[in-house]
Amino acid sequence: MINKIQCLLACLGFAFSLSAQPILMTRSGQISFFSQTPMENIDAVNNEVTSMLNIGTGEIVYAVLVKSFRFQKALMEEHFNENYMESDKFPKSTFTGKITNLTAIDLSKEGKYSITVEGELTIHGVTKVISVPGELVVSGGKVRALASFTVKVADYNIEIPSLVADKIAKTIEIKINCQYVPKV
Amino acid sequence: MNAQKYAWIGFLVLIASKTFSQDDLMKMLENETKDAKPEYATATFKSTRLINGHSIENLAGGVLDFRISHRFGYINSGGYEFFGLDNATTRIGVDYGLTRWWMVGVGRSSFEKQFDGFTKFKLLRQSKGAKKTPVTVSLVSSMIYKSLKFDNPDRTNYQTSNMAFANQLLIARKFSERFSLQLMPSMVHYNLVPRESDPNDILAVGIGGRVKLSKRVSLNAEYYYQLPGYKFENTYNSLAIGFDIETGGHVFQLHFTNSTGMTERTFIAETTGDFFAGDVRFGFNISRVFTIKDPRK
Repeated sequence: MINKIQCLLACLGFAFSLSAQPILMTRSGQISFFSQTPMENIDAVNNEVTSMLNIGTGEIVYAVLVKSFRFQKALMEEHFNENYMESDKFPKSTFTGKITNLTAIDLSKEGKYSITVEGELTIHGVTKVISVPGELVVSGGKVRALASFTVKVADYNIEIPSLVADKIAKTIEIKINCQYVPKV
Repeated sequence: MNAQKYAWIGFLVLIASKTFSQDDLMKMLENETKDAKPEYATATFKSTRLINGHSIENLAGGVLDFRISHRFGYINSGGYEFFGLDNATTRIGVDYGLTRWWMVGVGRSSFEKQFDGFTKFKLLRQSKGAKKTPVTVSLVSSMIYKSLKFDNPDRTNYQTSNMAFANQLLIARKFSERFSLQLMPSMVHYNLVPRESDPNDILAVGIGGRVKLSKRVSLNAEYYYQLPGYKFENTYNSLAIGFDIETGGHVFQLHFTNSTGMTERTFIAETTGDFFAGDVRFGFNISRVFTIKDPRK
């Protein structure tokens, strides 16, 4: 009798301890993207990226407000939102995924760790599964996530009219740089 | 057997809590960051002008806008006048955004050789989310100086007689991605009026809007209703209908209107053509923006 209850409590306890793992968060993460063509280079930065990282399970999520990307030219920013990303229809881009090699890393020790993140990236209302290499830098009690990868514009139903086809690259370089602190 | 059953239950609880936290993390993020900042309405109109008059749009800080406008003669003036194209008035102007909410501009029109200058402030921005504001409100203040030589040089003439001042409150709402509406209560003050019976202050209420037909083309309309008793004799209300076409750095505004002038005093108070009697003219505005100062530096 005691055995069954003990067994159940142990399992529940184990389950709850998992969901009580520390969650790290940022509200000012940075994502930038770069389009390079012989005609024109376009780059934009978003310094208001929100993200959460569960260092117990390796789950990582991002929510990015598209209108918070800042361009050098205001008109470029307006066209980005009005004509390409249709930000009124799709205000946020999101990523939900997981660090696949978490067991190989000990995040309690300072240092740089190579990671692979796999998950679903949703841009302009289209979701695609991606797998991306990155780096976690642990120092001073904070964790910084760095990544650099490319996406194809056409994959996310973003239309580039032929008039400007040679000013916008078909493949865009995206860089992530987010510093996380424990969520209070 | 019993221990095994409980082990299975424990295992299932374990799995359940694990999958629960996967979607839960995204929901947790959304809850934490919900309504952190208000979402402001952007691009209510494609240009800083609706057609003849101003829209609530401002140029971003550090941006220069070069504008050329033409109004031709009446289309019903016949083939000999090439349907009005032979008879054109022009305005060239330059606008500059000092900050996100303050822009200034100057211009010179061939009609009555007018010089004009204006300052426009964006007072309130339409927003939703953390802070809800239903409309965007701007204030435009302009001065128009007619530099024609005096009709009668022998009497005492004052340069200030050539001046008029226009003040407008612009109230606009972006109802949806496709539809925006704007109200323009306006007042034009003339230092000198043509007849003694004419008022020095012209009061009008303008209404205008746009319907977006595609990503880069919109249909605009603008109408200024002069309040009876506060208008010059033999003038009509200004009506304009046209298209905005946006390409890269240019916005082309092509329209039909009964007004000749492109300054507030001229189109609000001095329109002499009756739109519905066929006194319609073709006109266009071309706008080209240049970024002078990088906003990120």
